[in-house]
This record gives sequence, structure tokens and C-alpha cells, in this order.
Amino acid sequence: MIEPQPIAVTVNGARVRRFVEPRVSLADFLRRDLGLTGTHLGCEVGACGACIVNLDGRPVHACLMLAVQADGMRVDTVEGLSDSGELAALQAAFHARNALQCGFCTPGILVVAQDFLRACRAAGRMPSRASIRDALSGNYCRCTGYEAIVDAIESVARSQAEAALGEDAA
Amino acid sequence: MSATTDSPNGGRYIGRGLPRPGAKRLLAGRGRYTDDVVLPRMLHAAFLRSPYAHARLGAIDVSEAAAMPGVHRVLTGTDFAAICTPWIGTLSHFKGMRSAPQLPLPLDKVVWAGQPVVMVVAESRAEAEDALEAIQVAFEELEAVVDLDAARGAQAPRIDADAPDNVLFRTRIESGSTETAFEGAESVAVDLRFGRHTAVTMEPRATLADFDPGEERLTVHQSTQTPYQFQDLYARHFGLSEARVRVIAPDVGGSFGMKLHVYHEDMAVVGASLLLKRPVKFTADRMEAFASDIHARDHRVRARLAVGPDGVFRAIEVDDVTGVGPFSAYPRTSAVEGNQVVRLIGAPYRLTDYRADLTVVAQNKVQMSQYRAVGHPIACAVTERLVDLAADRLGLDPFEIRRRNYVTEEMYPHTTPSGYRFERLSLASCLSKLHDLMDYPALRAEQARLRERGIHRGIGIATYVEITNPTPAFYGVGGAHISAQDGCVLKLTPAGEVQCAISITEQGQGSEAIVGQIVAEGLGVDRDAVRVLTGDTETTPSGGATWACRGAGIGGETALQASRKLKARILEIAAAILQAEAGNLDIREGAVTDADGRARMTLKELGNLAYYRSDLLPPGVSPALTVAHHFAPRGYPFAFTNGIHGSLVEVDVETGFVTLLKHWVVEDCGRVINPLLVDEQIRGGVVQGLGAAFFEECRYGETGQLLNGSMTDYLVPMACEMPDIVIRHVETPTKDTELGAKGVGEAGTAASSGAALNAVNDALRPLGASVSQLPMTPERILRALAVI
Repeated sequence: MIEPQPIAVTVNGARVRRFVEPRVSLADFLRRDLGLTGTHLGCEVGACGACIVNLDGRPVHACLMLAVQADGMRVDTVEGLSDSGELAALQAAFHARNALQCGFCTPGILVVAQDFLRACRAAGRMPSRASIRDALSGNYCRCTGYEAIVDAIESVARSQAEAALGEDAA
Repeated sequence: MSATTDSPNGGRYIGRGLPRPGAKRLLAGRGRYTDDVVLPRMLHAAFLRSPYAHARLGAIDVSEAAAMPGVHRVLTGTDFAAICTPWIGTLSHFKGMRSAPQLPLPLDKVVWAGQPVVMVVAESRAEAEDALEAIQVAFEELEAVVDLDAARGAQAPRIDADAPDNVLFRTRIESGSTETAFEGAESVAVDLRFGRHTAVTMEPRATLADFDPGEERLTVHQSTQTPYQFQDLYARHFGLSEARVRVIAPDVGGSFGMKLHVYHEDMAVVGASLLLKRPVKFTADRMEAFASDIHARDHRVRARLAVGPDGVFRAIEVDDVTGVGPFSAYPRTSAVEGNQVVRLIGAPYRLTDYRADLTVVAQNKVQMSQYRAVGHPIACAVTERLVDLAADRLGLDPFEIRRRNYVTEEMYPHTTPSGYRFERLSLASCLSKLHDLMDYPALRAEQARLRERGIHRGIGIATYVEITNPTPAFYGVGGAHISAQDGCVLKLTPAGEVQCAISITEQGQGSEAIVGQIVAEGLGVDRDAVRVLTGDTETTPSGGATWACRGAGIGGETALQASRKLKARILEIAAAILQAEAGNLDIREGAVTDADGRARMTLKELGNLAYYRSDLLPPGVSPALTVAHHFAPRGYPFAFTNGIHGSLVEVDVETGFVTLLKHWVVEDCGRVINPLLVDEQIRGGVVQGLGAAFFEECRYGETGQLLNGSMTDYLVPMACEMPDIVIRHVETPTKDTELGAKGVGEAGTAASSGAALNAVNDALRPLGASVSQLPMTPERILRALAVI
């Protein structure tokens, strides 16, 4: 075992400093050291997507990264993205459409969906259902059968596209 | 976008597609799953698992491991044998069934690859895993029983040395004379194989046991659907007082039947906490989940159907052989799935002559037991494939042959040849509704047009009958401590709000949401004023919990009756205060009203008075505003539901890949309490069934090694592969309860694989090919087409 190393990470806007063993994954660091249990572990091999968080603003599998690799970087988890309101539209749509059941996969899906919608907005396009399904190709869900999730993301994409049209018109 | 419409028979809340109040917490990452729970002095467990499927256990040397940093204790089979009585997965109503007694860790033999053998308890999971590598175990490998057919052979090695063979249970159902019925009739036959698959809940199993020797009190936080069952089991097997055992199921990340069985690790974690007198946590990683969560299905079914020239069915004969792992699961057994297969085959159809044999065989694989839609998908696929073959033989359309053979309206109540009693089904209504919903003639026309262009589309339908609302006929009569009743405690708080503690549990399907709707409507209060509590044996009454589609039908009725009881109590107190007749008062929108709806006093005023100024109540009028109510169904042994699925697929005959274009479901779960939640239960269920149809299979090598036990190797359905699913309802409420609700959790899974099987075979039919094995992988389709 290698001795714990000091790291400094900005997590959900707050700078935290800890000593961590180099073998500790970013997911375990968030869950155990910081108590941010909204990041879930479903496979620990980067397949299921339940652990996805934003690292410097881009989605990454927290199970595939070591905590020491995040030293000096910014991590945003579902807790922080909820508190900041960044996920509010998606959360409202997921709630109204019942696009979650057990909720275990949901944090990862929200982070991925938010990134996808940001890309759509930047490109000025309204995504098709097929492209939403494609965007979720790294997220497993065993409860919903996915359709409600696609519906919820589609409805936010539509509001976003309509808002953009409104801005253009103005 | 799929629109959910409120039920036409709905009330203020019952029948309305309202979102789940509890979902907001999960959406904000504030869920609390078992692995999230951290207790003071908590230790972590890891298990050394058998690399062999079948081996004698020799010396175990743990001395080096025990001395490693952070390690508190290394435990083996003998440590647990001293404190835990063995469990045996049989039920007395399965005559002649046998299964080897089980202990948390083995004493002399291992019987599947992945079986836990040694437990390390350490400061952290990582330190526990480090220590596993320092343990030496002498295994003497034995020949493994792997293949289902070979397991029954005379020369097969035996898993239980003192047993005559590897058969754990055998039964035959016989009604009428199939032999006579087959004489002179057309007959069609199938030999279908159904692969093993597993639940793959997103949250793996997790257990945190916390024994307090001061009070001899055991608290277990566990990802399970059935906390009361585990309270009983832990108390009995470890000799504890049941009243001092508390089981808490916090948020559960999927269960689907998988988390209601006893696992060796759970018992070891409880035992370790008793021995170490500290909290001990175990969370399975995904590899461990594949190697230890129950697997499901694994059947080879040979069956034949006799049909007259008029297209009327005469008889069915069935031989189902199912492989269940080295022993029968506890406490529900591994025979229930097969038992339901042989009892459900042919169920929607008029039949008097029926014979079915079931053989339950042991193998050196992971234990097999109940998983969502127990037995239903097998029975449905076998029946509906036979029906399609008969239609093909006689030149009838699949819709027409079903219409001719369904149990008809005037036959209810109807008893099947296997002994199931149907109060009332809606088979013909569902069939015609599906016909319209699919726009079937247009689909057939399109199919013919595309075939000319070399595009091979297939259309399949499959009818199902589903077992819901089980009475003690399911397990209780067989001696299992599994309750078929539910309890509900309702309390009007001093502020006039409602707390509801109920024994059904929540795994995301919306149990708490529907109970809230029922109580709000039953009582006459706003739904926001009702808080529903579940999943804790110490704060909720004992009951069956959630399994086999009983939450809405039994738990919902319990809540409705409890709300009537509390309403009567409130009105009695109100009548005394208002000097009115209770019978002339009502509760509407949170206030006690006259019969005409004029508000007389708010529930807050009433609550305040009863709790704080009970001196103002007349003597003889109790201030009690807490009621308890228990309910168990007393009418039919089960409330059967029915429905039908349609599947549209496109088969690429060059690659064997199947594209799922669309799926339709018309279902009848009786009174719909929340159509939004019912629809999503169905969609999720359909997709699990499609997983079994096309992707999911636990593949074993010749020596009994699981070859694809990881999420990267075991395929589950993904968003981009799944179709949109169109759902419609027919409502035939059960008259056994006031609520009239039946279950819906299995409806999606029960028939989606059968419909898909028929659709793929419909696509292959013009090519002279057919598939008879699930999952229908590209390889199997190409073999059927003789391409490879």
C-alpha cells in the first residue's frame, strides 16, 4: 500500500483538502470521505453510468478515476448540481413524467442528460428521440424501460428550443 | 410521447396519474440506500469465494490474513455453525421435495463457483479484500453437474452424496385424458429452451447488521423488499427475541424479487455482528452480484397441443425440466417457478384435457429462484408459440385462433385444468382492443409489401394470465413464515395531518404514492396532508410487504379500510363536539362537514381538541385518533389478471440482428389507482422481458464457471435498443375487495418475451426457419437460418 497523498479538489463549489490512498477511486472518495452518496456505484467498470459526475464541467465515470487524479480539479455531483439549480428543469420533467423508479441510476442520467442538452443548445438543434436514446447509451436503467426518461429529456429539449426561438425572434 | 390518461372510473385521487412525492428526494441525490448508511464503529466484510463449482473443502489457513492491518476477525463455517441453525428450502405442500441444509459458510463442500467460503471483517472493505489474498484454502475439485439434461443422467455425479439423484422435486398435473384427446387430432409441438438470466438490480445487495449486546438488540439495514420476513428469519436462525430484531429497508435500488431470498452473505453478516458486537456491512460488488444473486428461469419445455379441424383446442401435454442450482432457495423454494409454469400453460384457453410434468433438477450453478413474473414468461411463451403453430397449421390468423379458444364470458368463475380459479378475465376485450391499437391489417399489409423488398418484419402477439393478490395458499399453507396479510396504522396528528405506517414496501414502483392517494381519498383529506412510512419492522405493522403483485391489491385495500376506520373515529369525536349525528357528517378537503358539504370544523381544530383538550369530550368518547387495521384476502386464492402484448420486429437475415420497432400492451389489472405508475411498471416489465428474449443470459462453461459475470459481458437492454411501448387498459375490478385493484408488476415481463418469440418466428416463417431458444441472439438466428 502506498501512503495517503494530499489532494485539493473543488467539490460542488467548495474547496476541500484530504489525504487519500492513491488506490481510492473518485467515486469512493466522494461517497466515503465527503459523504456525497448521491454518486452511486453499480458496476465499478465504467459500464452502468450510475457514478457519472462532472469533472471540470464534463461528465466522467467517477468509478474509473482515482481521487488523486482529480487533484486541483473541479468536481460537481448531483448534490451540487441540484443545489445550484442547474438540474432543476430536468428534475421537474423527470418527476412529472415518473422517469425514475428506484432512483439508483438517476443521478448519472441527469448529469449525462444535462451535458447532452447543453450540446444541443450550443448546436441550436432539437434532438430526435433516437438521438436522445443514443445519448443514454452509457446509462443502464433496470426499472423504467427508458421511454419515460426519453420523454422527460425530450420535453426539456423542446422547452429549451422554444426559448431559443423566442430569443431569436426578440 | 406517451400520454397517460386518468382512469375513467377514478375519484379525487384514486385513478389519477399523479407523480410520486418520494421521487423528488431521489432526483436530488438525497436517496439513502443501504450502502449509504454509516454507523459508529462499523466494520466491513469481504468474502473469499470458491473458484470451483464443486469441490471438497480441505484445510483453511487464515493465520496470515488475521494478522494483516485493519483485520478484526476471519470467520469460517465452523464459527457460524455454532450460532446459526441451518435453513432448508422446501415447503410442505410440495410433496417429496428435498434440499440440502444450508449454513452461512460451508463446512465440508462447495457447490457453486462463487460460493462464499471465508469471511474477513476489517476496518475497511479494501483492507478486508487485501486479507483475502493471504488466505489458503485446500480445495479438492469434484466433477461438476452443469448441463440440464446431463444432470438427470444415470451417470451424472451427484451434488448431494446421500441422495439417489439430482432431482429435488417432481410433480405431475393431470386432468381429463390427453391421450384420448390427441387421437385423431392435428397436433403441434415445441421444444423450447429458456436461458438463465438474473435481476441485475442497479443497486447490488447490501446488508448492515448492528448487534447491541446491552439490550440483545439486532438492527439490520438491508436492501430488501421483505423486512418482516427477515426479522423472523434472523430471530429464529440466531435464537434471538423477535421483538428485539429490527429490519430496516431504506431506499432500495431495484429488487424485482431478487432481494427477498436468503443469501449466505446476509446470514454471515448478521452472525459476524453478533460475534464481534459491532456493526458489520457487506455490499456486493457487481462480480459478486452475478455470482451470488439468484438466477432465474433455466427451463427446457417440451409441449404439444391437440387441435381439431375447427381450430378448437383439445388438449395440451407438457414436460418442463428446470435447473435450479445446487439447492432450493429459502424460504420460498426454487420449485415455485416451475410449479407456476406447469399451472399457467394453456390458462387463457378452454381446455379440459391437460397433463404436465415438472422436474426440478440440482446443478452446480448459482441458486435459481423467484424473479419478476415467476414462471409466467415461460408458460406464456410455450402456450403462445403452440397457438401460433396451430394457427399456421390450420391456416388461421393468430387473432382468430385465440378468439375461438379463449375462456368465454359466461364461463366465469372458471377453473383451469391445473386448478386455478378465475373470478373474471377480459380476454376477448383485450384481444380486440390490441387489434385496433396495432392497426393490425395495416401492419400485415406493410409486412407483405416490405417482404417483396427483402425486408423481413415479424408481428407477434401473446396473451398472458397473471397471478396477483396471493392468499396463504401461496406459501403459508406450506409452512413458510411469509405473511399474506397487511397492516396499516393511521394517525391523525394534533395538527390534523395524517401519518400512515403500512407493511407494504417501496422499491420505486410507487407503493407509498398509491397508499397516500388511497388514504387521502378514503379519509377526505388532501394528499399532501398524508405522509406514508414503509420499510421498518419497528415503526410499521407486520405484513407481507411487496412481492408477487400484492402491494396495490392487498396493501391498498388495507389502507382503504384503515382510512374508513379512522374516518369513523374522527366523525364520532366530531359528532360529540358538534352535537350532531356522526352519520350526518362527512370529511371533505380536510374539514368535517355536514352531509351537504358545509364545513363545520377543520381537522386541525378537531386534532387540537382531542389531543390537548380531551377534557372537553363527553365521558365515554375516546380521544384516540390512531387506528390499526389488518386485511387479508378471503375470497379467491389469487386475483388473476390478464392482458395481451403485440410485438413488431425486423430481422436482418444477414447479421441475425433484430430491431424492435414497436411494442403494444393491453392489460387489465382491475381498478387502476395511478395510471402513470401502472404504465411505467408495465414499460419496465416489458423491457426486462425483452432482455430475456434477446440479450440476457448467464452463460456457463463445462466446469460450471460463469463466463459472463460482469456488466460488460452480460447484456441488458439499453435505451437505444428499446422500442416505444404503447399501453391501454381494460378495467375489471375484483369484487373480493372494495378497492377492486389487482397487481400489475409482472404484466410487462409475463408476455413480452412470448410476443417477441412469435414476432421473430413470424419474420422467419417465409424463410422456412424458426428459433426455439431464448435469448434469440444473432448467432441463434443465423443458425436457424442455416447461415452459420
